[in-house]
Amino acid sequence: MANLTVEAIELTRLYGGRAAVSDVTFNLQQGQVLGFLGPNGAGKSTTMKMLTGNLAPSAGSVKICGIDMMESPKEAKALIGYLPEMRPLYKEFTVDEYLTIAARLHNVSGKHLKKAVEHAKERCGLSHMSKRLIENLSNGYQQRVGIAQAIIHNPMVVILDEPTVGLDPIQIRDIRALIKEIGQAHSVIVSTHILPEVEMVCDHVQIIDKGKLVFNGGIDVLKQQRIGNKLLVGLRQPPSAEVLKTIAGVTEVELVDSMWRIRFAEGSQPHEAIVQAAVHHNWGLYHIAPDQTSLEDVFVQLTYHESVPVAEVAQAA
Amino acid sequence: MLNIARKELKSMFASPMGWIILALLTFSFGTYYLNGVNNYFEVMSGSIRPAERVGVTQFVGQTVYGLASFIMLFAVPLLSMRLISEERRSQTLPFLFSAPLSISEIVLGKFLGLVIFLSILVVYIAVMLSTLNIWADIDFGYIFANSLGLLLLVSSFSALGLYFSSLTAQPIVAGILSFVALFVLMILDRFFAGDPTSTMLKFSLMRHFQSFAGGLMDTADLAYFGLFILTFLTLTIRRLDADRLRG
Repeated sequence: MANLTVEAIELTRLYGGRAAVSDVTFNLQQGQVLGFLGPNGAGKSTTMKMLTGNLAPSAGSVKICGIDMMESPKEAKALIGYLPEMRPLYKEFTVDEYLTIAARLHNVSGKHLKKAVEHAKERCGLSHMSKRLIENLSNGYQQRVGIAQAIIHNPMVVILDEPTVGLDPIQIRDIRALIKEIGQAHSVIVSTHILPEVEMVCDHVQIIDKGKLVFNGGIDVLKQQRIGNKLLVGLRQPPSAEVLKTIAGVTEVELVDSMWRIRFAEGSQPHEAIVQAAVHHNWGLYHIAPDQTSLEDVFVQLTYHESVPVAEVAQAA
Repeated sequence: MLNIARKELKSMFASPMGWIILALLTFSFGTYYLNGVNNYFEVMSGSIRPAERVGVTQFVGQTVYGLASFIMLFAVPLLSMRLISEERRSQTLPFLFSAPLSISEIVLGKFLGLVIFLSILVVYIAVMLSTLNIWADIDFGYIFANSLGLLLLVSSFSALGLYFSSLTAQPIVAGILSFVALFVLMILDRFFAGDPTSTMLKFSLMRHFQSFAGGLMDTADLAYFGLFILTFLTLTIRRLDADRLRG
């Protein structure tokens, strides 16, 4: 329990009677990277605002390393680094000036100030931009300044709201590496709607839809849902579906875009049998690979799933 | 809190606005000072009766401080208007809110930053008038009372400006609103000049400054300015707190 860094307990936020976030409960341990997923307007940013003390929850509570955000906000906020969706940059300052201000506001003492600024710049690849005005930096560099600002005081919890928006592919890779690096010692919460990103950097995933948590678990669970027991097979002279079904272990066969999707029973390995049969009967095999449902599909399934009962209720009424 | 004040000062000097206002005000105060000294010799050589003769401190001080209180009416809203509304517009408030600071500290820090900037001018005027001491024996008490009065006056302006700045995301709107509000408060004593017992007179900022201008430090006036500042700072804190609560 000692290394529990973030505890959100039944967080609820009402906007004029409409619940933007309702009953969100989760924990985060030290050394974990949590991916926060959800469609637009699902309540990702609202939840993050509540976690960082920018917004008071209508009900529920937030604890950072055991310190309650409502009761002692100063101590709790000192442990958080936050990059909001809109980068909070003072554009009239240079990178150095801005980061020095950020460090001072987060109680970095005078002795460590210079070192903290240098370190943050180095980690975000900003060292050669020190004397430039933030206003004159490109979008991607501004984003890096935003991230540098969030990690400057070496916080226990780093909360980044869509950190890779507007970056080029190389920068995105750097930032992902950085998130992973921070995640080893501290906790990171990242919100995004780029699904592969979640798979790459996060070891914990939460999917939120219409203010409710619809999925909360390890990334492995999500990956498992993805892979399933399916093969995608391409044949130039395909036999009829009936013939394919006779291969041991195959349970279901369907034609998708001129390829065959073959479902097999849990535990059986029909791969070899299919290849052998293809060679034997000269079916002209040119493609065989595990069929992965894309993460997008899983995402759609999960978020769609939740909306079905609502529709039913509406019909019943 | 001091860090916020430091940040505000820095951002005031980072834009040309701060420098231009400083330069313009210094120029106009300097001109008035010079005119005051010149006029003094002209007027005093003409007045023979002892009742007409006033000290050089009072004579020159009156012109300069009279101008200062009037000119600050324009200068303070210009400087205060961007304090919070600019942050609202460029969405930088979360930066301050997620730092380990209470809202009172943020507001006080911003207020302090502006007052420190303006006190540069107050000190400047006091030093300028003190140079008269090279030629004449001047009344330092008078300068001190006037400086204190001016500082309290601009602090009150700043507190009100800060409040109006927290209401809107448009700096210009905040500037105009605070200018109008300050102007009304300043000339309240002109409106109700016909009735010297009117309670409305008590609210006039200018009237309370007047006693300082005469070299008089009255606790009632001190209390008035203190309460004025406190009221508007509290309102600002409450306004920002509402942001956090209501979103």
